[in-house]
Amino acid sequence: MERYYQPEIECASVEQIKALQNEKLVSQVRHVWDNVAYYRNLMQEKGVTPDDIRSTDDLYKLPFLTKADLRDAYPYGLLAKPLSDCVRIQSTSGTTGKRVVAFYTQKDVDLWEECCARAIVAAGGTKDDVCQVCYGYGLFTGGPGLHGGSHKVGCLTLPMSSGNTERQIQFMLDLQSTILCCTPSYAVYIGETLRDMGYSKEDIHLKAGIFGAEPWTQEMRRDIENTLGIKAYDIYGLTETSGPGVAFECSEQTGMHINEDHFLAEIIDPDTGEVLPEGSKGELVFTSLDKEAFPLLRYRTRDICVLSRKKCSCGRTHIKMSKPMGRSDDMMIIRGVNVFPSQIETVLLRQGYTSNYQIVVDRVGSTDTFDVYVEVTEAQFADTVRELTLQEEQLAGAMKLMLGINPKVHLVQPKSIARSEGKAVRVIDKRKLHD
Amino acid sequence: MSVKQVSVFLENKSGQLAHVCAVLAENGMNLRALSIADTKEYGILRVIVPDAEGALEVLRSAGYTCKITPVLAVEIDDRPGGMAHALQVLSVAGISVDYAYAFISHKAGCAHMILRVSDMEETVKALEGANIRTLEMDALSE
Repeated sequence: MERYYQPEIECASVEQIKALQNEKLVSQVRHVWDNVAYYRNLMQEKGVTPDDIRSTDDLYKLPFLTKADLRDAYPYGLLAKPLSDCVRIQSTSGTTGKRVVAFYTQKDVDLWEECCARAIVAAGGTKDDVCQVCYGYGLFTGGPGLHGGSHKVGCLTLPMSSGNTERQIQFMLDLQSTILCCTPSYAVYIGETLRDMGYSKEDIHLKAGIFGAEPWTQEMRRDIENTLGIKAYDIYGLTETSGPGVAFECSEQTGMHINEDHFLAEIIDPDTGEVLPEGSKGELVFTSLDKEAFPLLRYRTRDICVLSRKKCSCGRTHIKMSKPMGRSDDMMIIRGVNVFPSQIETVLLRQGYTSNYQIVVDRVGSTDTFDVYVEVTEAQFADTVRELTLQEEQLAGAMKLMLGINPKVHLVQPKSIARSEGKAVRVIDKRKLHD
Repeated sequence: MSVKQVSVFLENKSGQLAHVCAVLAENGMNLRALSIADTKEYGILRVIVPDAEGALEVLRSAGYTCKITPVLAVEIDDRPGGMAHALQVLSVAGISVDYAYAFISHKAGCAHMILRVSDMEETVKALEGANIRTLEMDALSE
């Protein structure tokens, strides 16, 4: 029997949802125009005023926002409320040059947590459940989002954060956790550690897992489901729009319902910006309909996916998005951290290397491997192994500072990195993350 | 006081050494001495050739990362303990050696040792104090 956190909205008719969206969009555009000079300027450049936006049909008239805008406007440029009205800040993985800081009023936090609560209930959560949250707590939205959602549902919440896997398992055994929230790769790792500790799925009480923040495949889903004896649900979100819970999976497991009362989704052609019809594959764009402090309009996620309004057996009426099938930019998610090749390049050029490098990402077991191959130049070439090893370590250290995760750096001979049409191939991702 | 050694960065792949030697051979470069430091992933080839600048140029144009490193060439006795004696002198003087390799000389009873040290002047002084000669390039080319 399917249960809902807010049935009146989750199962509202498409007409009701549309009417709600129209009403919210009109007032949201007015709110942004009045309070966010940065976006008002973008609208003026396009010759658009709030009067031009009468319903969601007019959405296409609004300018896009991108990660670059968020960087330009850092930290307060897109803030739409006085700081005194804000109660929370969250931030992206914290990669230099691409940092995003998002602000929340109490109402924003409540709406976000409600979205997460919908996801937990869709995964079968009730107030009788013990919900173990092992997403990172802190600036990262994963921990706080699911934690808040779990409270809203009334679950007994275990705020474990990530790491210390043996302790995670001990709590899971002792306190009989029934719902697990973490990244899918960490769920795999928990499964492996459980086995290494001499336990199996028979020893634990988990029934469901809510996994997100990184790409994962159906194969991984089956693996996690079999190892932990659970049903594994996908969850989607991004700091820019709030955090996890923008969209979540239901029992049908055929895509994630977007919380359409809060987030208006579009699919566009990433090259032209043209809006594509439902069912087309393209870049996902979100408009935040009722966020107060950090209301992004037409924010380009760079995630490539498909939207579908096909009737869902769970009874929810909100549009579904497919799992992201890739990116329209070159961002990679490695060990849960966003990595852009341009960041590697910045480090290399700063340290006097050329920009001839190659990133190789693979997955061994449940862990991502991250190798950077760098062509050695005469300026850097020292003729002792000790000095070259030191250089590799220094480069890895500088990249760790920039990215937050540690690559293995390898010096290679000039011209040894494969080139296509004269340009070096920058990234080789051997992980099979998308089906 | 010092001689010019050509150091070349090589990846650990089969055929690399053969190729770099072929490049030198095609350009009439006669190797006087050679040594390789290797790790799992790459090696550093160090060669002594009479025309170090010329070798650098041909290797560069063949796409190698290379450089000239000044090193000391030391004449040692070609007998058991010849090299040990010279190194003992440096040890007593508190000089540490980055790397060293040795090869036989055409001159009867002699061998040569190539040394890289951080302070060449101190090293030469210590060696001269023990009556050990350092050589110039032409002495190696004989």
